[in-house]
Amino acid sequence: MATLELNGLRKRFGDTQVLRQIDLSLTDGEMLVIVGASGCGKSTLLRLVAGLETPTAGTVRLDGRDITQLDPSARDIAMVFQNYALYPHFSVFDNMAYGLRIRGLSKAAIQARVDAAAAMLGLGDLLTRKPRQLSGGQRQRVAMGRAIVREPKLFLFDEPLSNLDAKLRVQMRAEIRRLQRRLGITSLYVTHDQVEAMTLGDRLLVMHEGRPAQLATPMEVFEQPADTYVASFIGAPAMNFLPAILTEHGAAARLDAGPTIRFTDGPRAGPEGMALTLGIRPEHLTVGDPQLRVQVDLIEPLGSETLIHGHLPTAGAPPMVIKVAGRAPASEAIAVGIQAEHLHVFNRETGMRKAPGA
Amino acid sequence: MNRKPDYLTHAVLALGVVLFALPVWLVLAGSTQESEAITRGDLSLIPHLSGLPRYWQVLTEGTRGAEPVWHMLAISSAMALCIALGKITISILSAYAVVFFRFPLRKLAFWSIFVTLMLPVEVRIIPTYSVMAQFGLINTFTGLWVPLIASATATLLFRQVFVAIPDELVEAARMDGAGPLRFLRDIVIPVSGANIAALFVILFVYGWNQYLWPLLVATDPSLDTIVIGLVKMIGIDSDTDWAAVMATAVMALLPPVAVVVLMQRWFVAGLTEGEK
Repeated sequence: MATLELNGLRKRFGDTQVLRQIDLSLTDGEMLVIVGASGCGKSTLLRLVAGLETPTAGTVRLDGRDITQLDPSARDIAMVFQNYALYPHFSVFDNMAYGLRIRGLSKAAIQARVDAAAAMLGLGDLLTRKPRQLSGGQRQRVAMGRAIVREPKLFLFDEPLSNLDAKLRVQMRAEIRRLQRRLGITSLYVTHDQVEAMTLGDRLLVMHEGRPAQLATPMEVFEQPADTYVASFIGAPAMNFLPAILTEHGAAARLDAGPTIRFTDGPRAGPEGMALTLGIRPEHLTVGDPQLRVQVDLIEPLGSETLIHGHLPTAGAPPMVIKVAGRAPASEAIAVGIQAEHLHVFNRETGMRKAPGA
Repeated sequence: MNRKPDYLTHAVLALGVVLFALPVWLVLAGSTQESEAITRGDLSLIPHLSGLPRYWQVLTEGTRGAEPVWHMLAISSAMALCIALGKITISILSAYAVVFFRFPLRKLAFWSIFVTLMLPVEVRIIPTYSVMAQFGLINTFTGLWVPLIASATATLLFRQVFVAIPDELVEAARMDGAGPLRFLRDIVIPVSGANIAALFVILFVYGWNQYLWPLLVATDPSLDTIVIGLVKMIGIDSDTDWAAVMATAVMALLPPVAVVVLMQRWFVAGLTEGEK
């Protein structure tokens, strides 16, 4: 039952401005995923909320209470670390009970809470084991159990799945989501993995160089990325970018590579000849449509689909990736068409999205 | 695997064993024989069972001019134990401060500890004696061990151990609400258990073998350590009771050996199953 509010949060280490300005508010029970490349400040943001770092400016409010200057243990926040950070010499039970003992809970209350969490996480048989006797996934569960027994107002997850193998990661991802929904605890989840970001979050905060680049639901971020950075970061393989200019009084764009594409969702404002970047995802390119000729460099069959890596024939043209279902045509050059309804239009100077009418 | 035995390797190994074990064996054998025979150079390599009662006699009564061996063993054990535990306590605390806390002049504090590594005990023995004299600790048991418990080496070793504790573990404990002392007691010390055990062995032997400082600070025979006692038993004149000296030497060997054997099990177990 808690809301989290960040106001004007900044953090500077020496001369480096790590977080420039973060304003954010989470509603009760919401799961917000913070995603970005390494060094974008996402972990710092989490540590500021946890109280492991002090902000240079700004406030953190949990449930309306200003906790900016409080000690981490006084914040009623639990955190799950990337390397689990289990106490190696404690049993699973003691790992989960330690924080409760420090808080002075009665033995019976501790027992009840740990048992409940262990049952929820399927750790019931492992309570007497030491962390080193557990597999990676089990350790991760213990780390979550340690957070759950605290019954905190807020969960923080710092890339909790990045040390697991791919299969386990998918499984734990779903498990985390289920648990968080069931417990209804407001959560901040930091990751660099865009699949985790897309699947876990109620909302997504994409961070870039210490700034929030976009804050929206995962599908909004995917369908209407706010700028070229978000567009290239979310979605795999990454979006293709083609240079173009505005033409026909804002109703179409002429690619530097030749063809003109009419916007299907309405004209854009701006002077004739304005520099644009057009974005098109690899799955929104059609092979066989003679709009563009693409030189093929490499073909990657993935089974159900195939990735074609190539580039436009002009000198210095950016690489392009095309995703086709099934097998790829075996030829050195292919004809590729752009599905105009899936076109993303960006201002080339600023990198910002140009919505219809704007 | 059917391999030809490597005779050369075994020969070298056997030579090494003989080189190390023979003097000890000679002491053991000599301790059961007549002093006169030893003085004559008639030392037999085979121990005489008839000489075994000498051990009991030396242990309970001692020889001319020396305390009974049990008393010296007790003094030595107590001193070595105090030195080892004192060194471990002090170096854990100072390493803990240097690693986990940010305070002004932290670097300076660390480097001053580091620099004292370069001063051998002998260099500061006169000032140390003077300080002990002003505290009135000459000829006291406290005076025997207190000046020896500061240790730059142990501090450095613990610093390395503590630096290797992952930051996330420290932060997890902070989130769990563990204060500094609690973190030290519940996490840092248990996690470093194997290192503490290993260091205890080394420091106990170091304390046991102290000679120069006990010789200076304690002239009272009731504070004689076993090492001092042994030297005292070897008189300058020719009537040294060599058999008794050897019996004492054998007994002086036993406590450190016991500590090594007992603790080794513990810290080897700690090292093999240990995982940070």
